[in-house]
Amino acid sequence: MAATRRTFLKVGGLSALLLAAGGGVWRLTHPAGPLQRFVLDGEAKSALGAIVPAMLAGSLPADPAARAAAAAATVGRVHQAILGLPLTAQKEVQDLFGLLALAPARRALTGVSGGWSQATEVQVATFLQEWRFHRLDMLQTAYHALHDLIIGAWYADPASWSAIGYPGPMKELA
Amino acid sequence: MSTSPMIPDPIQAGLAAGWKVIDAATLTSDRSMEADVVIIGSGAGGGVSAEILAKSGLTVIIVEEGALKSSKDFKMREAEAYPALYQESAARKTLDKAINILQGRTVGGSTTVNWTSSFRTPTPTLDYWGKHFGLASYTPEALAPWFLMMEERLSVSTWMTPPNENNDLLKRGAARLGIPAAAIMRNVKGCWNLGYCGMGCPTNAKQSMLVTTIPSALNHNATLLTHARAHKLLFKGDRVDALEITALDTTGIAPTGRKLTLRAKHFVVAGGAINSPALLLRSKAPDPHGLLGKRTFLHPTVISAAVFEQRVDGYAGAPQTIYSDHFLDTQAIDGAIGYKLEAPPLHPLLLSTTMAGFGKAHAETMALFPHVHGLLALLRDGFHDDAPGGSVGLGADGSPVLDYPITEFLWDGVRRAHLSMAEIQFAAGAKSVQPVHELAERYTSWAQAKKGIAALQYKAHITRVVSAHVMGGCTLSDDVKRGVVGANGRYHGLANLSVHDGSLFPTSIGANPQLSIYGITARLASNLAQELTGKPAARLVA
Repeated sequence: MAATRRTFLKVGGLSALLLAAGGGVWRLTHPAGPLQRFVLDGEAKSALGAIVPAMLAGSLPADPAARAAAAAATVGRVHQAILGLPLTAQKEVQDLFGLLALAPARRALTGVSGGWSQATEVQVATFLQEWRFHRLDMLQTAYHALHDLIIGAWYADPASWSAIGYPGPMKELA
Repeated sequence: MSTSPMIPDPIQAGLAAGWKVIDAATLTSDRSMEADVVIIGSGAGGGVSAEILAKSGLTVIIVEEGALKSSKDFKMREAEAYPALYQESAARKTLDKAINILQGRTVGGSTTVNWTSSFRTPTPTLDYWGKHFGLASYTPEALAPWFLMMEERLSVSTWMTPPNENNDLLKRGAARLGIPAAAIMRNVKGCWNLGYCGMGCPTNAKQSMLVTTIPSALNHNATLLTHARAHKLLFKGDRVDALEITALDTTGIAPTGRKLTLRAKHFVVAGGAINSPALLLRSKAPDPHGLLGKRTFLHPTVISAAVFEQRVDGYAGAPQTIYSDHFLDTQAIDGAIGYKLEAPPLHPLLLSTTMAGFGKAHAETMALFPHVHGLLALLRDGFHDDAPGGSVGLGADGSPVLDYPITEFLWDGVRRAHLSMAEIQFAAGAKSVQPVHELAERYTSWAQAKKGIAALQYKAHITRVVSAHVMGGCTLSDDVKRGVVGANGRYHGLANLSVHDGSLFPTSIGANPQLSIYGITARLASNLAQELTGKPAARLVA
């Protein structure tokens, strides 16, 4: 853990450059045009799929099948929540996931060496914690965006309420 | 699925009776329309103006970016309410994303989703406006009849029901420390004490614009356009010639490509303190002194979460029924920043996203949900050179962007607010207190909290700062070097344009702003009606 952290922090010094480079690649492959709706596919979807269990550790069910199903449902609700944002905000989230989907940017910014489907919960939690206090505002705000989107999607779901003792709104009116 | 038939739905009834409501999302071709007055926005300022002008015999078109929803849609579910009823799904943010802003986007504006707290504009605030912005006609005495009229119109009265535990803990904790706290007046009629005001009132008890002034205006021949985003005012000489409107799709996200052009004798901008300055900036309204969009205030708000042995059930019962102005009243208005204390509603989505951290630690806090007590402190910005507020500008696509840097002066207030709230929560018997800050621990005693908070580093992103009150940006002052709108609500340099919303305020209010907007715009709209008709304006009655 200590070694991973140290390595990542060292790489972190290059983050700004790589962010710029990664952003450049992302923009080249996705030229500017009229604002589009957010699309979640391929490696970006895998990234979200890997981040959800780390963000929600302690909340997801323990049983592997139930856990996978709950995580997948959360990914779906996060996607829906993003589609409810203004197109300018959808583009910002698209750019974030576009970067996460690029292998060099993923390695530099998150320390996750293989593809997202191989990322462990510990690896993901480590980079989330780094981003949370990162000196680059962009990574701090990316952390908060992921925090709010994923945790918000989880507690928006009535299935999550009994675990926190929330009875939900008055049934007669809901 | 269906709401109990016991609850009459005034919106459905009005539509059935033939109200003129046009959902711009459904337009298949461009349209032009005309009226005596076009009002942009249907919130506190737009709603009051619409009723007064329509009742005074003028033809009125109300332009609203959001959708027309009603009690049948209000299911008390955050997942549905935030995207449907709020600007940017309740995730509107300042430029650096350090402050999250709650602002309504639906017919009724923020009044449809606010927490009903009603205060007249505090006297020290009005005194400051008089002294620094020359607003001699904005005295408590001159405004009193207008506040009274709106209080009667909207059933504003002292909430006599005992406060819920979340609010009572503020009262008890403050009392133990000798800090005065009092009941908040609320604009409700037959309130069920449910606690879901922020998701649209399911019983129509809250006397928002949605169920009061807007229906009355529609009954007086007004037309309401929904999913209609005010894009640009077109000028001819010193007059507004027309308003260009972009029609939005039913989700309110993307333009459909259809446009509306509205012509009128007079235009009233009432889109709230982010969207109003942005519309005027897009339109290139006269701004010779570079004041437009400047001095935008937020009441930057910080939160303290405590855990109690007993259940608090912060989601149940009327929110914000107790307040304390102790930390506003005990220091000079233009000295170190003061703050107002209130107890907000706690619902799973809003609380969970507000609480710091993730994974197991976050899950453990949420597991205590029924025992969590929340306090908030609203910082009174705008009264000191080091709290000049933010400025509204335009993004690449013309959408509003609010740049609001948080100064050291404000951070000093944030730290003191965290300390005050923790002390009150421990005095009320809290087992632990955790200010919402990424580095704060769950302190188990006041001594520990005092030490911990004193050592916290205060800066953007690691300190949770939110806002539900956006004010300023179209400063009121007859002096063109100090404001862009005259004391009579008329935009300087344009003959037929008024601003009637919270963007007028030269500082923050220092209290929840809805009643300030109601009272002040009621006077402005009444004078405008008289000027346009040559007859006394209609009075609003309950």
